[in-house]
Amino acid sequence: MLKIKNLTKIYEGGVLALDNVSFEVPKGQFLAIIGLSGSGKSTLLRCINRLIEPTSGEIYWNDINITAASDDELRTIRRKIGMVFQHFNLVHRSSVLTNVLSGRLGYVNPAMSIFNRFPKSDIENAYKQLERVGIADKAHSRADELSGGQQQRVGIARAMIQNPEIILADEPVASLDPVLAHSIMQYLEKINQEDGVTVLCSLHFLDLVHRYADRVVALNEGKLMFEGPPDEIDDAKFKDIYGKDAERVG
Amino acid sequence: MKNKKPNFMRSLGLGLGILAALVIYAYGFQVTKVNLAETKSERRQTQLVRILRALAKPEIFAYERDEFTVSLPVMVPCPESGFTPPEPDKSGPYLVMTPACADPRERVIIEGFNFDPFSTGPINFMPADSDVSLQLGTMKVDQNGYFQAEIRLSNRPNDKVQEIHAITRHNIGAPHLTRTAYDTWDKIIETVFLALLATTFGTLLAIPLSFFAARNLMKDISSTLISTSLSILFIPVGVYIGIKAAYWASVISGFLTGNPLYILASFIVLPLLIWLGVRVALPPQEHTRPPLRVRTLRTIILIGVSFAFVLTLYLISYLGLTAGGYLAGHMGSFGFLGSFLRDLSDILNMIITALVALASAGVFSSLAGRLGIVLGRTPEALIRILQTVLAVVAGALLFFLLMAILNWFYEFRNYVALHTYAAIIGGIAGLVLGLTVHPKASLPTGMVIYYGSRTIFNALRSIEPLVMAIVFVVWVGIGPFAGSMALALHTIAALGKLYSEQVESIQAGPIEAVQATGANRLQTIVYGVVPQIVPPYISFTMYRWDINVRMSTIIGFAGGGGIGFLLQQNINLLNYRAASAQMLAIAIVVASMDYLSSKMREKIV
Ligand SMILES: Nc1ncnc2c1ncn2[C@@H]1O[C@H](COP(=O)(O)OP(=O)(O)OP(=O)(O)O)[C@@H](O)[C@H]1O
Ligand SMILES: [Mg+2]
Repeated sequence: MLKIKNLTKIYEGGVLALDNVSFEVPKGQFLAIIGLSGSGKSTLLRCINRLIEPTSGEIYWNDINITAASDDELRTIRRKIGMVFQHFNLVHRSSVLTNVLSGRLGYVNPAMSIFNRFPKSDIENAYKQLERVGIADKAHSRADELSGGQQQRVGIARAMIQNPEIILADEPVASLDPVLAHSIMQYLEKINQEDGVTVLCSLHFLDLVHRYADRVVALNEGKLMFEGPPDEIDDAKFKDIYGKDAERVG
Repeated sequence: MKNKKPNFMRSLGLGLGILAALVIYAYGFQVTKVNLAETKSERRQTQLVRILRALAKPEIFAYERDEFTVSLPVMVPCPESGFTPPEPDKSGPYLVMTPACADPRERVIIEGFNFDPFSTGPINFMPADSDVSLQLGTMKVDQNGYFQAEIRLSNRPNDKVQEIHAITRHNIGAPHLTRTAYDTWDKIIETVFLALLATTFGTLLAIPLSFFAARNLMKDISSTLISTSLSILFIPVGVYIGIKAAYWASVISGFLTGNPLYILASFIVLPLLIWLGVRVALPPQEHTRPPLRVRTLRTIILIGVSFAFVLTLYLISYLGLTAGGYLAGHMGSFGFLGSFLRDLSDILNMIITALVALASAGVFSSLAGRLGIVLGRTPEALIRILQTVLAVVAGALLFFLLMAILNWFYEFRNYVALHTYAAIIGGIAGLVLGLTVHPKASLPTGMVIYYGSRTIFNALRSIEPLVMAIVFVVWVGIGPFAGSMALALHTIAALGKLYSEQVESIQAGPIEAVQATGANRLQTIVYGVVPQIVPPYISFTMYRWDINVRMSTIIGFAGGGGIGFLLQQNINLLNYRAASAQMLAIAIVVASMDYLSSKMREKIV
């Protein structure tokens, strides 16, 4: 269970990116976060694992207050929260395997990991994760030799090897073509359904939201505009979320 | 009407500007002592020609020279009976004097036939009553092997037959390398290796330091006042304990090295202890945070392991010194390998204390910082009191140490009072901070370190390596060692800056992704930063190696060894042909380095 309470983020320039946002995500849910560009979706997701420090408000995860955690505690929390990025954020010059293994950094002995030593079980697990996303044969390629879709699958494998309870996916398919988008979304769906991982995923396309999400949270200029199942987004709600002039396509 | 005034003003301004520029340039000519008359003076011009011609003929090759004497019997003065020289052998070179005999100091004409065309040499008079030879003039043979010279006979009258010698010199065999060429070769090798050492050590130190000068890595580092104060306070404590520990390790190693059996035993036991300690204290993975008791125990084990490690280092350096010394004496022409081993071990021995002190300062200060975080959980009123007290002490200590550094340089007379003032000022600054800063507020420690290291890099970079070389020459004496230290120091500063700018320009995404997995700061650097900076780092290192070779050719001017030393000597001795050989060598090395490094950079990046 993830509880977000009165979360507010004001950036240094004075931009109010999140304005008193509160909602809850039960364990095992597939939650879509929607909203216009600049509405605060990325800010929200990044506040959850504190890549961005919230200005005020609290985030509870299984009764642990993430916002109050010390650096050490935060690292133990982050191990259980996988993250998938729009631009994949792989380390280009490292091998696919190393990229996946870096998902274990929170668990392994820091001194050993500095010398690129990982336990055997982790290496086996990395191959297994790569197999799961269908690119086991690419394990020893350099990450930048892969296509976008393949890179995002490595990103998912990196998140999965963390053995996470939550996955934060920030527009995971925004830079992929529609076919690839579905295949990536299906991996996330599988992880959600088979492994019971809670998924928080920001999305731009409503058809993807309808197809994959259990529930939707919508932001507009940092404010929570809507919260409920995807079917409840009718035309009035749509205009609330996307503005008066928005046209609904498809 | 409105336009007129500004226009006039503008013209006036322009006129004044031009006038000012004229004055500036006139003054510039005067201070740089521009003197055109001097360039036109004949004496200067002949000098210039002479030097340019010498420079054009670098002294690299020389021939073995053969001296060949052709002699002609003469009578000075002419005897009563007259004198006819014996018929010369006309198959080889021979001389004819007209007249065949003459009075002392009389002018005669000497002709030579069948000489080597274009050869030159002296024409000497060999008096019959002594061994000296008196030069009468020189000959210049034409293309037909003939010369004619008008000379005046020496004032050495004798009634015996005397001789006139014409000495020709000519080259025999293939040209061979001169002494200068060999010296130049030796020194250019020294130069290249000087640059290599300076680049290597400079790079090794610049890499870790460059991270401190990278804004994107440092900006997130912050700590509360209480942590910062504790960290500062524990730096000297750590240094002291480190020095003590290194001292004890060296004492123990001194005891152990007294007996070969002990050495053998330590080399079995110590690595085993270290391995066991690491196994116990650093488990491969952990899913939950162990309790405080376990963590304390582990810390103690790690301290033991570190001590064992330092002890091992001392033993290794002892072994290296002994073995190196032995090899240096017994390996003949490969003795330099032994000396290398010995020198490395000596360096190790010298820097262990510094390294241990540094490491221990780091460990203590970071542990103290953690203590600060724990203390930060106490009630706010208590934190306020604690942070004020600690900030006062830390401020006083910091200013006291700064004053101690200043005092070291300037040797103040009333230093006791100055130290007290400094400590009081620091204490007051700490007090103000402690009272005003919110207990939970995070201070930008990272940015302070960032600006500090930037400033140091910039200051060091602006000092020319030649100037640094002077300081090091005073410290370690004239020679390549001083030169390589000066270049290494400059390399650290220059590369540190360039590297850190590279770190600042890497992609933030991958770093964020690694951080998001729960990696700590060091892991983030190793997995997120390092792979991204490898190509630019290699390319900058090559570029620097190129610069260092250039620099090392002239660092000798300041006594820093290498070919510059030889070049300067030869210029001072007006030995321009030798200097020319050295300049040629420098040009070749610099050009080939330039080519090589650009090729390699192309390959790698
Ligand atoms: N580092 C930052 N500093 C200052 N302002 C920022 C920063 N990052 C984002 N913002 C601002 O905060 C607001 C929310 O940005 P955010 O990136 O969360 O939006 P988003 O919903 O993810 O948009 P997109 O769909 O384009 O990714 C925007 O107005 C943006 O300009
Ligand atoms: Mg975004």
